Amino acid sequence: MNRTLLVEQLPSLRRYARALTGDPWAADDLVQDTLERACSKWQLWAVGTDLRAWLFTLMHNLYLNQRRTAKVSLNTVSIDDVEAELHTPAAGGDGPLDLGRCLQRLPADQRAVLLLVAVEDMSYEDAAKVLAIPLGTVMSRLSRARSRLRELMDGGQTGARPAAAQAPNLRLMK
Amino acid sequence: MDTRPDEATTIPEDDLHALVDGRLAPDAAAALRRRLAADPQAEATVTAWQAQREALRDLCAGMSDLAIPATLMAACERAQRTHERTSQWWRWGGMAAGLLVAFGVGWLASTQWHGGQDGAAMARVEPARQFAQQAAVAYAVFQPEVRHPVEVTAAQQDHLVQWLSKRLDRPLKVPVLKAQGYELVGGRLLPGDDGARAQFMYQDSAGQRITLYLGAVKSSAGGDVRETAFRFLDDGPVPAFYWVDQGFGYAISGKLTREALQELARVVYGQL
Repeated sequence: MNRTLLVEQLPSLRRYARALTGDPWAADDLVQDTLERACSKWQLWAVGTDLRAWLFTLMHNLYLNQRRTAKVSLNTVSIDDVEAELHTPAAGGDGPLDLGRCLQRLPADQRAVLLLVAVEDMSYEDAAKVLAIPLGTVMSRLSRARSRLRELMDGGQTGARPAAAQAPNLRLMK
Repeated sequence: MDTRPDEATTIPEDDLHALVDGRLAPDAAAALRRRLAADPQAEATVTAWQAQREALRDLCAGMSDLAIPATLMAACERAQRTHERTSQWWRWGGMAAGLLVAFGVGWLASTQWHGGQDGAAMARVEPARQFAQQAAVAYAVFQPEVRHPVEVTAAQQDHLVQWLSKRLDRPLKVPVLKAQGYELVGGRLLPGDDGARAQFMYQDSAGQRITLYLGAVKSSAGGDVRETAFRFLDDGPVPAFYWVDQGFGYAISGKLTREALQELARVVYGQL
């Protein structure tokens, strides 16, 4: 069977996009863009290599582009960015948040690594390729993601910031 | 990986990740677990990460289970076709297979239909074949669905037939395949090259699914493809028998032998 079947990758792409963006609509747009990008870039895909990793790479690049664009046009959402990146654990909180929301509170680069490795079962090496970062960075981001998510789930320390919880989709990365 | 049974040294964190993610060889994993027994803090970390990993997978499992929107399916098919056009190897291989099928299954053409005249017949191969490929892709997408295999279930068969007949602009009939062991699960509407397509799904007592995919097929020039012989497609995700009759294409797809599919195709053709 030499047929390369794109459709078999759809569930996995959608799952990753949803967990990454935290928004079903944005996720399907991202998958759609990825498929369209694949249309114009097929000649760059080496037959026989991992199709899934290639598609995830396309998607990741599109996602980064979107975030950059969002940063230019929506620089007013940086309060959420500050929350995600610089928030120091406050004493107490209002109990653990649900996992989905905690996941969205991770910085996007950490979330991406965690999802690729833990949910999509990607090897650390493949994740490094998809995200175009060194293996060591994959490991350190994975470590931070796991520790941070554990803190969030245990303590719900960000519960004191209900306003930030309203707009998780526009969070900036850096 | 550092898995020496030396309890005095701290276990590298990368090893803990590798253990949680199942990236260690069985003996290395066992050795690490023995070391963890003497390191409660590291053990607690591993336990927490494992629970987190499972929770994340549960959370995300529901996400891939949702019905795929038609726009995404269409984009997927477009990308698939672009790929097949750009991939010369596949293209020539596919054409060769198409020719083989055209000659190989030709007996039906000669006994039941006059299969078309030379050049005209060749020009028709592509749209019908593309139709069959789309049928196979639709099969691959919806066949594994647990929660949403169809849009309208067999319980509302009248509504299903009415609805799809309206959308495909032609009175449809749902073939009965009980004698062959298949019950109707239901059907759905899908986008195709030449407008709406319908997919009926059937299932046998073992849960094995087959689909009947149908819709208008236009020739490359834009006119209706009048009719073709029964053809067999076996380089898609599933094998399929397909044919075109009075400008309307039919494809039976399923993980069955060629003979079983052919028999189903003849039953369906007989009922339509």
